[in-house]
Amino acid sequence: MSVAKKLHEAGVLGLNERNANYIMRLNPRRLYPRVDDKTLTKELAVAAGMAVPELYGVIVHQGEVRNFAAIVKDKRSFVVKPAQGSGGDGILVVTGRSERKRDIFRLSSGVLMSEGEIRHHISNIVGGQYSLSGQRDKALIEYCVHFDPTFAEVSFQGVPDIRVIVYRGYPAMAMVRLPTRASDGKANLHQGAVGAGVDLSTGTTLSGVLDNLPIEDHPDTGAVVSGLQIPHWDFILESSARGYEVTGLGYLGVDMVIDANLGPLILEMNARPGLNIQIANRTGIGNRIKRIEEIYDAAATPAERAAVARREFPASA
Amino acid sequence: MEQRYVFVLAALLTALGMSVFFYKWQVLGFPVTENQERPVWTVEAAVSFDSGPGSIRAQLRIPTLTPGFRMLNENSVSRGYGYGTPFGDDGRIAEWTTRRADGEQTVYYRVSVFEDDAIDESDTTPPFPPMPVIKEPMNTAVQVLVEYARERSADTASLTSEVLRRLNDPSPDASVELILSDVDNSAKFVAVVCEILASARIPARVVHGFPLTERLRSADLVSWLEVHDGDRWLYFNPVTGEESLPERFLVWWRGNEPLVNVEGGSDVRVEFAIQENHIDTVAIAETQSAKRGSSAIDFSLYSLPIRTQAVYSVLLMIPIGAFIMVIMRNMVGVDAFGTFMPVLIALAFRETKLFWGVILFTLLVTLGLTIRFLLDRLRLLLVPRLGAVLIIVVMLMLIISMTSHRLGLETGLSVALFPMVIISMTIERMSVVWEERGPADAIRAGVGSLLVAVAAYAFMGMNWLEHLIFTFPELLLVLLAVVLLFGRYTGYRLTELHRFKVLVKD
Repeated sequence: MSVAKKLHEAGVLGLNERNANYIMRLNPRRLYPRVDDKTLTKELAVAAGMAVPELYGVIVHQGEVRNFAAIVKDKRSFVVKPAQGSGGDGILVVTGRSERKRDIFRLSSGVLMSEGEIRHHISNIVGGQYSLSGQRDKALIEYCVHFDPTFAEVSFQGVPDIRVIVYRGYPAMAMVRLPTRASDGKANLHQGAVGAGVDLSTGTTLSGVLDNLPIEDHPDTGAVVSGLQIPHWDFILESSARGYEVTGLGYLGVDMVIDANLGPLILEMNARPGLNIQIANRTGIGNRIKRIEEIYDAAATPAERAAVARREFPASA
Repeated sequence: MEQRYVFVLAALLTALGMSVFFYKWQVLGFPVTENQERPVWTVEAAVSFDSGPGSIRAQLRIPTLTPGFRMLNENSVSRGYGYGTPFGDDGRIAEWTTRRADGEQTVYYRVSVFEDDAIDESDTTPPFPPMPVIKEPMNTAVQVLVEYARERSADTASLTSEVLRRLNDPSPDASVELILSDVDNSAKFVAVVCEILASARIPARVVHGFPLTERLRSADLVSWLEVHDGDRWLYFNPVTGEESLPERFLVWWRGNEPLVNVEGGSDVRVEFAIQENHIDTVAIAETQSAKRGSSAIDFSLYSLPIRTQAVYSVLLMIPIGAFIMVIMRNMVGVDAFGTFMPVLIALAFRETKLFWGVILFTLLVTLGLTIRFLLDRLRLLLVPRLGAVLIIVVMLMLIISMTSHRLGLETGLSVALFPMVIISMTIERMSVVWEERGPADAIRAGVGSLLVAVAAYAFMGMNWLEHLIFTFPELLLVLLAVVLLFGRYTGYRLTELHRFKVLVKD
């Protein structure tokens, strides 16, 4: 009981409270397709003038799975993902292919996969294996981000990404998610990726968390996780704040990646962002939500809201 | 805002459920524990007489107010007679009438009663009795006795005791001898006592009845003295003067009127027989509510056919399982496959029993998972693959049953009760988690499902709970209210205390 009391005092948000007080109140069901269907998210983001990874092709029906080879004909690298996947399940990152035999692909983890195996994976996606409710789904084939060298030392393969929690349009908390050997190149914390908190005012990383435990060094590379300056931080904060206008969701997780050539890209958005970000930042999100409620201004532009976040939420420790 | 609606709704549901529950429990007497039986005594009065030439009207005094007992039902067996139970001056009367009858006649009145402490003497306070007109020299003797008793007593009770002691004195004085000169039976004795007390302005009357025993072919009526002390009726043993009532004393009728009165008949005899039975409390409660015209019985599950009852006694435990599921998920935070899969597994455990249930479930899932991984290499489309897993699960169940039957382990046969579709989905889901998040997550969620199933089974297997819900299905409203409240529970889950422990600032 005393632990619960202390957590409450620290402003730590629990799953029940997140669901009942924020998700159910601020995220109307009818808006979910905007984030649950990644093709739709992409369209909306592009329409709002935001940068996203280029879409190579969508496979909607089982019969179209054979088009896969045509879609990736002249691509060396690409990503296959389910449009309605959750938690990073079902994502395949192809980083190269055999020059001589064009039907052998190399995944980010280094594993080789034949075209047939990838087509089976796509048909599983279309069949709904990874979709939230087991319904039929679409498979997206899109640009594979060549990530910015900032995080090269603290990532093991895969693409590190930046998750920003946006509360009613105001960025409230952020973390960098760093793939590890265990996470198989994926940037999801529950798959074994490292999460590192971010000082919202400066955009530098704090120390990290792995499997709910605080860490200082990346488990695979040994490099120190904290103190890295995230490039284009202003732009990232403003883009994530703009996610509110794009989706209409009051409790939103915006995932961005930084491409070496294209800069920050919106990867996806999430209506039920996880709570591990609190552990990565070593602080509860509840107090920040309270602060945002106090200073909430419906007329503020995304840039103004990003500025407020920079001012209000420096690293607490 | 929603918070308030939920609280109001939950309060309404609880109030509704609990009030119906209390009504059925306290007023109608439905038992809260199972297999309750209570003794029910059937008292039969047989009135025999020789019929005369004309019409016949037979009247028998029957119980009206029965302190300590509640009447379950009453009936009459009397061929060719009209029957009614009108109210007479001193209480109810069973009345049989016929135009003509031949030879010896017997009519029966039968009443069933059971003990109920809630039934008290609900008689009104009687008026002070008028001074009886007693002839001299009897009057003087009575006055002497009353004076004597009054001097040696403090209140109505002690005065009554004193009068009785005096009258029962083995060496009576002259006045007592005079008073008792006409008395030849106990009923008359008590009637005389009543008259003496009346001259002291104390309301008193004779009660007739019998102590109920297990079985008695011919019971004798016992006369007892009832005295009102201004507050309530007191009972006195007319022989010893003690203030008491025999154990399980059923009051049959009160007053000085004769028990039976037959017009147009002669040689009247009344015989009483007592028989004790044990009857299920539920049956008694049902009769009670039917008598009250309560609609509780129309909605009682006991009115359904037995086979349907058996189905519902199981179905009604599913809400309990769902409730456990809610607690395990939202309060404890256990990871499990499928929202209600553990509840269905727990349902199967009821048949297999826990030990074998856990073993069979683990065996089935492990085997199914192994084959599912082999299937994966065939690269089947999703739905055909699910179909294949389902077929394989059914075949596995068959093989487990056959093998255990061969080995003489009959419990293995009950594997057929597992919900195979649910198990197939579990296997599929588990294999996906296994591939995507690794064996640790898959096994953790698998064990979590089993844990929730065991917890749900522990509660769903409670016989008293099953009885309670089956007898009082309105308690489900209370359960619903609690689940609604849990739906607005925004506190931490138990596992989150561990998960976020690093965020505790000292």
